[in-house]
Amino acid sequence: MKNATPLLARGAALAALLAASASVAHAQTELSLWYHGAGSANAEEALVNQLVEEFNASQSDWTVVIETFPQLAYNDAVGAAALAGELPDILDVDGPVMPNWAWAGYMQPLGIDEALLADYLPGTIGRWGGEIYSVGLWDAAVAMTTRRSTLEAYGIRIPTLDEPWTGQEFTSALMTIRDSGDFEFPLDLGMAWRGEWYPYAFSPLLQSFGGDIIDRSTYQTADGVLNGDAAIAFGEWWQMLFEENLAPGTSQDAADRDVGLLNGTYAISWNGNWAALPVVEAFGDDALFLPAPDFGNGPTIGGASWQFGVSATSEHPEGARAFIEFALQDRWFAAFSDGTGLIPPTSSAAADTANYAPGGPLEVFYGLSEAQALVRPVTPGYIVQARIFEGALADIANGADVIDALDAAVDDIEDDIQANNGYGH
Amino acid sequence: MAAVTGDNHGLRLATRYAVLVLVAIIFIFPLLFMAMSSLKPDQQLLNDTNSLRAFLPVGDLSLQNYWDAFDRAPIGVFVLNSVLVTATTVVFSLFVCSLAAFSFVFLNWKGRGLIFSILLATLIIPYETIFIPLLLMASQLPWIGAQGFEVGWLNTYRVQIIPFIADGLTIFLFVQYFRDLPKELIEASRVEGASWWQIYRKIVMPLAGPVLATAAILKFLFMYNQYLWPLMVVQEEAIRPVMVGLGYFTDQLNVPWGEVMAYLTLITVPVLAFYLMLQRAFIASIASTGVKG
Repeated sequence: MKNATPLLARGAALAALLAASASVAHAQTELSLWYHGAGSANAEEALVNQLVEEFNASQSDWTVVIETFPQLAYNDAVGAAALAGELPDILDVDGPVMPNWAWAGYMQPLGIDEALLADYLPGTIGRWGGEIYSVGLWDAAVAMTTRRSTLEAYGIRIPTLDEPWTGQEFTSALMTIRDSGDFEFPLDLGMAWRGEWYPYAFSPLLQSFGGDIIDRSTYQTADGVLNGDAAIAFGEWWQMLFEENLAPGTSQDAADRDVGLLNGTYAISWNGNWAALPVVEAFGDDALFLPAPDFGNGPTIGGASWQFGVSATSEHPEGARAFIEFALQDRWFAAFSDGTGLIPPTSSAAADTANYAPGGPLEVFYGLSEAQALVRPVTPGYIVQARIFEGALADIANGADVIDALDAAVDDIEDDIQANNGYGH
Repeated sequence: MAAVTGDNHGLRLATRYAVLVLVAIIFIFPLLFMAMSSLKPDQQLLNDTNSLRAFLPVGDLSLQNYWDAFDRAPIGVFVLNSVLVTATTVVFSLFVCSLAAFSFVFLNWKGRGLIFSILLATLIIPYETIFIPLLLMASQLPWIGAQGFEVGWLNTYRVQIIPFIADGLTIFLFVQYFRDLPKELIEASRVEGASWWQIYRKIVMPLAGPVLATAAILKFLFMYNQYLWPLMVVQEEAIRPVMVGLGYFTDQLNVPWGEVMAYLTLITVPVLAFYLMLQRAFIASIASTGVKG
C-alpha cells in the first residue's frame, strides 16, 4: 500500500503524457490566408470560405484561417505587412503583380508539380524566373460585346475566332455605325475605368499592331516597342477613335460605361466576361461576344486574374502548398465559375459549368481566353509600366502628340528600370 | 430719401439671403444627392445623374441598398470601431494637448520657446510621410496587456489611437487660446495659493469651451476619416474602421453605387451628430481665433 500512491501517480502521469502526445499529434498547425475580395458582391468570398472550411475538415495537419481585405486596399496592406514582417502563409495575388512580389521577396516558389497544371489556361499560371509562384482558380477575358441585330442592320460581318475583324474592317464598321446617327458613339472602350483596365484592355490592341509595353526579350527597354513604327501606328489609330467621335474619351461618365450598351447609347462595348451576364439577360440570343480585331499581328486579349501563392516568410510552405493543391480541383473551378461568372482554368471544369459548357451563354469566352490571351509583361516593373502606359494612352486620347507621348512613356519606363537595377532580369 | 434707404436695405437683405441660400444649396446638394441616391436602384441612380432628379426622392425608392450594404460588410462593427478609436483619441488628445499648451503658456521652463518652435515645424510634415517609419516602430514596440508581455502593436486598437493623441495643431490651438486668457486670473490664483494643477483644472479649462470644441471637432474629423494608417496596421476585420470599410464596396471595375451611397449615408451620421452637438462652441471658437477647420 505504501507504494501504491507513487505507482498510481506514475500511471496517471503516463496517461496524461500519452493524452498530451495524442493531442499534439492531432493538433492542426494554423496557416494564415489573406484574400482580396472582402465585400464581393458575388459568391466569390463565400466560396473561398467554403474552400477553407472543406480543406480544414479534409485533413488533420493544417487549419487555414482566412483574413479578408477589400480589393482597393489589398496590395497596400500586403506591402505594409511585408515591411513589418507580418505576411501571412498564403497570399492571394493579382497575376500581373505577382512578379513584383516575387522579386521584392514577398513570395516563394510554389514548388508544385507542373504536370498538375498541364491543361490550364495560360493566364492562370504565374511564373517568374523560371519558377511557378502562383496558380489561379479562374481567368477573365474581354470581348467586343454587341448585338447581332445591330451588326446585321448595318451589313457588318459577324467575326469569328478563326476570322476576326481586320483592323480596317473594324474601323470601317465603327464609321458606318457612327454615320447612321443611331448611337451616341459606336464604340465604348471603357475609358471611364482608369487604373489596371487601361493596360489590361488596351495593351493587347497595341500588341496586335506589333508593339508592346516593354521589350519582352530583355525586359530592360521599351525603346522600339512602345515608340516604334507599330506603336506609333497604334497611337495614331487610338487618337483617331476620339477625334472621329468613334468612342467617348477620358471624360466618359462611369454611369454610361455601366449601362451605355444596355440602353442603346453605344453599339459595341469592349468589356469583360464579368459584365456579360447582364447583356445576355437583356438581349438573349441577340447578344454577341466577339474576338478582338486583328491589326496585323494577330488578335490578342489580356490574361491572368487573381491567384494563390505562398509568402516568403511562411514557416509552413508545405501546408500552404497542400491548401493550394486542394483548391486545384475541377469541382472548385466549376463552383467558382458558376458563382462568379469567371472562366474556369480547365476545359474539363468548363464542361461542368452552367455558363461555359458547350452551348452555354459564355462559352465563347473560354475560347477567347484559350486562343487569344497573352499575359501582361512578366516583370516586377509592370506595376509602374502599367501606370505609365495608362497615362500615355489618356494623353493621346486627349490630343497629345503621339510620338512625344510614347517617347515620354519610354523614357519614364527606362528610368524606372534603371532605378531598380533592371528588376532582376 | 428714407424710402430710398428702406428700398436699398430691402434689396441688400434680399441679395444677402439669395447668396446665403445659394451657398447653402451648394453645401447641401452633395448630402442630398447621397441620401436620395441611397434609396434608388443602381440603374435609376445612374440615369438620374443627368438631371435634377438626382436630388429628388422620385422613382423606385426603397431601403434595399441599406440591406444589401449590411449584407456586404459588417457596417456596425466598422462604425463602432471608428467611434471607439475616434472618441478615445479625442478625449486623450484634449487632455494631453491642453496640458502641453498650459505648460507652454503659463509655466516657465528652459527651452520652451525652442520646443514650441519645433512643435510648430511639425505642422508642415504630413502624417503620410512618416507612416513607414512609424509602421516599423509600431511593429516592434513592446506592450504589457492581458496576455502578458508582447512585442508589436499591429492589429490592435492602441496602434490606431496612441500615435495620434498628441499633435502640433491641437497644442497650437490651445496655446493660442490660452494666451488670450487674462493673465491676472492666473496670477491671482497663484497668490491665493492655487497649485498649477488646480489652475489648469478649475480656472483655465472651464474657460476653454470654444477651443475644446474646435480641437475636438478637428481631431474627430481627422480620426474618423483615417484611411491609410489603419489600412497599414490593421489586418483583422474585427477592428477595421469605417473608411477602410468603404473598400468593401468597390472592386477594380464595378461599383454598386446605391450601396456606396447607403454606406456613406450611414457613416456620415456620427459626424453630423458630433458636429451639431458642438456647433455653437465651434463657431464661437472660429470667430474668436480665426482658425478655419
